Amino acid sequence: MEITERHEHDVLVIGAGGAGLRAAIAAIEAGASVGLVGKSLLGKAHTVMAEGGMAAALGNNRPEDNWQVHFRDTMRGGKGLCDWRMARAHARESPDRVRELEAWGALFDRAEDGRMNQRPFGGHTYGRLAHVGDRTGLEMIRTLQDHAVHEGADVFMECTVFRLLVVDGRVAGALAYWRPTGEFVLFRARTVVLATGGLGKAWKVTSNSWECTGDGVALAYDAGAELMGMEFVQFHPTGMVWPPSVRGTLVTEGVRGEGGVLTNRDGERFMFRYVPEMFEGDYAESEEEADRWVEGDRVANRRPPELLTRDVVAKAIVAEVEAGRGSPHGGVFLNISEKRSPEYIKAKLPSMYHQFKELAGVDITTDAMEVGPTTHYAMGGVKVDPETAATRVPGLYAAGEVAAGLHGGNRLGGNSLSDLIVFGQRAGAAAAEEARGVSLAEIPAAELSAAVAGATAPFAREGGRNPFGLQEELQQIMQDKVGIARTEEALRDALEDVHRLHGALDDCSVDGGRAFNPGWHTWLDLRVMLTVAEAVVLSALERRESRGAHTRIDYPDSDASLGRVNLVIRSSDGRMATDAEPVSEPPAELRQLIEEGV
Amino acid sequence: MAERTFQVYRGSDDEGRLESYTVETDQGMVVLDAIHRIQAEHAPDLAVRWNCKAGKCGSCSCEVNGRPRLTCMTRLSDYGEDEPITVTPMKAFPVIKDLVTDVSQAYRNNASIPRFKPRPRDADDGWRMQQYEIDRAQEMRKCIECFLCQDVCHVLRSHGKHEEFIGPTYLVRTAGYSLNPIDVEDRSEFLRDAGGLGYCNITKCCTEVCPEHITITDNAIIPLKERVVDRFYDPLKALVRLVRRR
Repeated sequence: MEITERHEHDVLVIGAGGAGLRAAIAAIEAGASVGLVGKSLLGKAHTVMAEGGMAAALGNNRPEDNWQVHFRDTMRGGKGLCDWRMARAHARESPDRVRELEAWGALFDRAEDGRMNQRPFGGHTYGRLAHVGDRTGLEMIRTLQDHAVHEGADVFMECTVFRLLVVDGRVAGALAYWRPTGEFVLFRARTVVLATGGLGKAWKVTSNSWECTGDGVALAYDAGAELMGMEFVQFHPTGMVWPPSVRGTLVTEGVRGEGGVLTNRDGERFMFRYVPEMFEGDYAESEEEADRWVEGDRVANRRPPELLTRDVVAKAIVAEVEAGRGSPHGGVFLNISEKRSPEYIKAKLPSMYHQFKELAGVDITTDAMEVGPTTHYAMGGVKVDPETAATRVPGLYAAGEVAAGLHGGNRLGGNSLSDLIVFGQRAGAAAAEEARGVSLAEIPAAELSAAVAGATAPFAREGGRNPFGLQEELQQIMQDKVGIARTEEALRDALEDVHRLHGALDDCSVDGGRAFNPGWHTWLDLRVMLTVAEAVVLSALERRESRGAHTRIDYPDSDASLGRVNLVIRSSDGRMATDAEPVSEPPAELRQLIEEGV
Repeated sequence: MAERTFQVYRGSDDEGRLESYTVETDQGMVVLDAIHRIQAEHAPDLAVRWNCKAGKCGSCSCEVNGRPRLTCMTRLSDYGEDEPITVTPMKAFPVIKDLVTDVSQAYRNNASIPRFKPRPRDADDGWRMQQYEIDRAQEMRKCIECFLCQDVCHVLRSHGKHEEFIGPTYLVRTAGYSLNPIDVEDRSEFLRDAGGLGYCNITKCCTEVCPEHITITDNAIIPLKERVVDRFYDPLKALVRLVRRR
């Protein structure tokens, strides 16, 4: 099979969501020619679904806010496992990155003094999220997309990269196929930025789209990079639970940020019972205090416990349901109708209003929503240098959700959109800088034909397994055995299952041609998802404690010694091996800042 | 739950046919769920675009019983139990395969719009704007680029003027820039010439199909038409310009 098309760029960016677009812009600003490859149409990447906002210590609503407070919130939210250098860069640079979006045409909601408004979110000491109602991701991706196109990015839409090419130890390009035609494309580049996003599609109940198969994690691993923190998968506390066809669809944390309360079957606001020791004294202790805060008196009162970090809220909801205090369809109630007027709700949460009205027949201005946890975000991913976003494979960078380090054991809401633009910019700039001193490498023809032959293998088989069936099986396994609450036994089972499914890939067959063939695409995605699943299961087995988003029923407590290490995965003799690496200790003044506050 | 039969377009731009598929349906199911079930159980090579499945990305646009719809937001319960459901690709665009159409011309049209250009910052930390000043521009920024308005626009659908007319989607995009209070670019000439604004004769079909409920005709297209008229056809302003030029 022929490779019908070849392209050359200084920097190849894989992934066209927020991080990829921002990396492309930074690389172009630095003088590089940039190829930007995305699996969907431009502007449809998962960033478009981000709802609540983008965290940046602008200090617009509360002048007390600054990068130090944001840094501290991020470090504490990550339960000790964040890379302090990344957390510091993120807190310091996010305000400039957000303001820059405005210069490129983004229009964020305003405060009364005409500056950007900032919304409260879980784990953030002050209202900190620049936002546009509940469609912040749309505003961000549209702004970046138009800016990148006008800046001259060479955009390849609906094109899937399935192999990174490494020559003499350096990344030299990537091999991809056009989704509409099935033709193969070779991209040669001096440096490559992975910005492929998340991996939540490996679970059955998920807020993630078909794209979130963890491509970058598997591509990087196969190219020799290290993975880190793969056990930390965030289960967002509030996904829709009913009707069945929308189970998992995200309900923004903005509902709680705007005053929404969580109650159980008995009408109790149960979150008051789930404030962890670490955050004692930081949250309201009575409904009256929480109400006064929602009504606007934010200096004298503390924020409601519904705004605890996502790991805490998700586990509380599971505990309530397991105790028999859940809602009719196995969730809990989230109600904003008693705290805000219908006009306010429709102005601040318009897409939530429509989503519930049109998909569930529920009017959130008068009735409660039913919500429960949904697979949402990977804190772990490709291990990178905290300053440049470089992986250990020369020439290969990673930024955004595919990269690990910033969020540790739990990500704060709003920190992902800012992550995308802070580290997208850093990765793009560093990749362009390195590209200046590198020449394009020749790719051995044998390697290309072997990769193409591997990718097209299921067309040669007949009457084999349907890839959709295999995908469904994997999703059920991850849901049942690698979900919020994990045990040694279930994880061991899951590991066996993953190995078995890996073998079953060779039993699958695909009918039809290569042009826009979802069965074939799903088979190719499965190769990736199984690598990701194995990394998650191995890391989850190895972390014998409960911390942040990772909960082990058989090890319910945190283990201080494990709180000082990250689990790193690398390929060793063709097998996945895990290793514990110490978390880098922040300097004394930052340690004091984390422990004692600003 | 009950079984239901769907007629789905299979084929390319040159030749195609409606195929009949029967699947089980569940409570709350949308048309896109049915398409996915058909894919998983009967036709793994049935092509359809989708991403968010929550009405936020605008990928899954098709025609359901001839009406342009986001299939992820179209519930089966909107149709009577015995009413047939037929799913076909957007008619205004060339078919790539099955329900997937070639929308690349739309992206070229977008790239042709003169880009956003802000006035100098009001202060070191950016611009000052009141919410009421940006409400109208934010309405335009809600556009999810689903192309349903392009699909229903007769200039594109019946007359195929994709190269002469940027269409309602990109008039909305242009309006999003031009209604931004800090934008200083004059896009009148582009709109009159390359943008083909004159092709629109305000039949409002676009407004009717917009899943984001953007009042495309009244709030985007008519104000843009007024700007073009002011710029090129207002005799008083033309005189002022003439005098200034001297």
